[in-house]
Amino acid sequence: MKDPRESRLPSCALIVFSFALCSESAEAHLNSSGMGPIYDGLMHFLTSPEDLIPALALALLAGLRGASYGRQALFTLPVAWLLGSLLGLAAAVTSGGAVLSSFWFLLMGGLVAADAKLSSRVMFALAALLGLYHGYFNGTGMGQSLSAILAVFGLALAVFVLIALAAAFVVQLRAHWARIGVRVAGSWIAASGLLLLGWAVRGS
Amino acid sequence: MRTAQQHWWAHAIAVLIILWMPNALAHVQKGEAAGLLIGFLHPISGLDHVLAMVAVGLWGAQLGAPAIWVLPLAFPLVMAMGGMLGFMGVPVPGIEYGIAASAILLGAAVAFEVRAPIVIAALLVGFFAVFHGHAHGTELPPGQSALLYSMGFVVATGCLHAVGIGIGVVHRWTWGQRLLRAAGAAVAVGGVFFMWKAVG
Repeated sequence: MKDPRESRLPSCALIVFSFALCSESAEAHLNSSGMGPIYDGLMHFLTSPEDLIPALALALLAGLRGASYGRQALFTLPVAWLLGSLLGLAAAVTSGGAVLSSFWFLLMGGLVAADAKLSSRVMFALAALLGLYHGYFNGTGMGQSLSAILAVFGLALAVFVLIALAAAFVVQLRAHWARIGVRVAGSWIAASGLLLLGWAVRGS
Repeated sequence: MRTAQQHWWAHAIAVLIILWMPNALAHVQKGEAAGLLIGFLHPISGLDHVLAMVAVGLWGAQLGAPAIWVLPLAFPLVMAMGGMLGFMGVPVPGIEYGIAASAILLGAAVAFEVRAPIVIAALLVGFFAVFHGHAHGTELPPGQSALLYSMGFVVATGCLHAVGIGIGVVHRWTWGQRLLRAAGAAVAVGGVFFMWKAVG
């Protein structure tokens, strides 16, 4: 007597095989599925600590200084980032190097840790330089297509959102210990910059 | 027969469920998240580091302002200098002795509630921070992002300080002061153990 399960095994296998052949590609990697150019730009900023951390430090610094500084940084940094990126689209250089990245970590982290009492003009210059520098190197290598321009707008949008959230969070902090906590975060950023510098020196 | 039919449907349902699985997205780009995690776990996974870092927080809590925030502010920066030397391959002699000595001396400072001036406390803590940073810097696993690894161990160190400061809140009560001194003594004993291991 033949087991009925055995007789159905080939048909089961055939069904499984048919489904397996008809299955769609997994697209497990985001670079194959894509998220659209604006989201690509946005995600590039959010997943690049070399860009994200100095911008976050500027937001913390502006927040420590107060709401007016926060508003200034909110518009200066994204606009400078956007301009820098658009300028960089035509450039051939693809990276500013780890030494310069570590400089921004050290500078911005050090200013936050020291709770530096910067004037409004200095803060404006700092935000503009930071945005132009990082934007320029973000823009390089993207090409000059429409999707590259849209990605650049995504980058600037991400910068705007980060500054808005982080600066607003720090501005409303009143407790002394909370402001100290922000300064400690600044010392962590500066320390990371120092370590990045060591790594860059070793690499060179 | 009925059992066989039930099995057939069960298999078909299982196959359908398997085919409709969502995307896995299981790959971390360039191992970056792993670098951050490895860096974060590095100070936490070594008891010698943990003891010294928590002792920094405890001592800061005992000393009160401004030491309670000056020490955690200064420590990462000086530690990073040690880490930088480690990354650059510059040797620092007696790393293990330095780390063990940090636990002994910082633990003793907490146990005896030493009221050191802030400059002396910062210098002592900073001196030992170099040894801890160098140990972290030399142990960067190959292929990992140096930046994310660095951020991981800097943040973990800061969190350990915060744990020490959090425990140190009990200093306002008499029983808490005794408890802190006992904790300091335990840290110092741990330091002696690690020194014994380093020498042996």
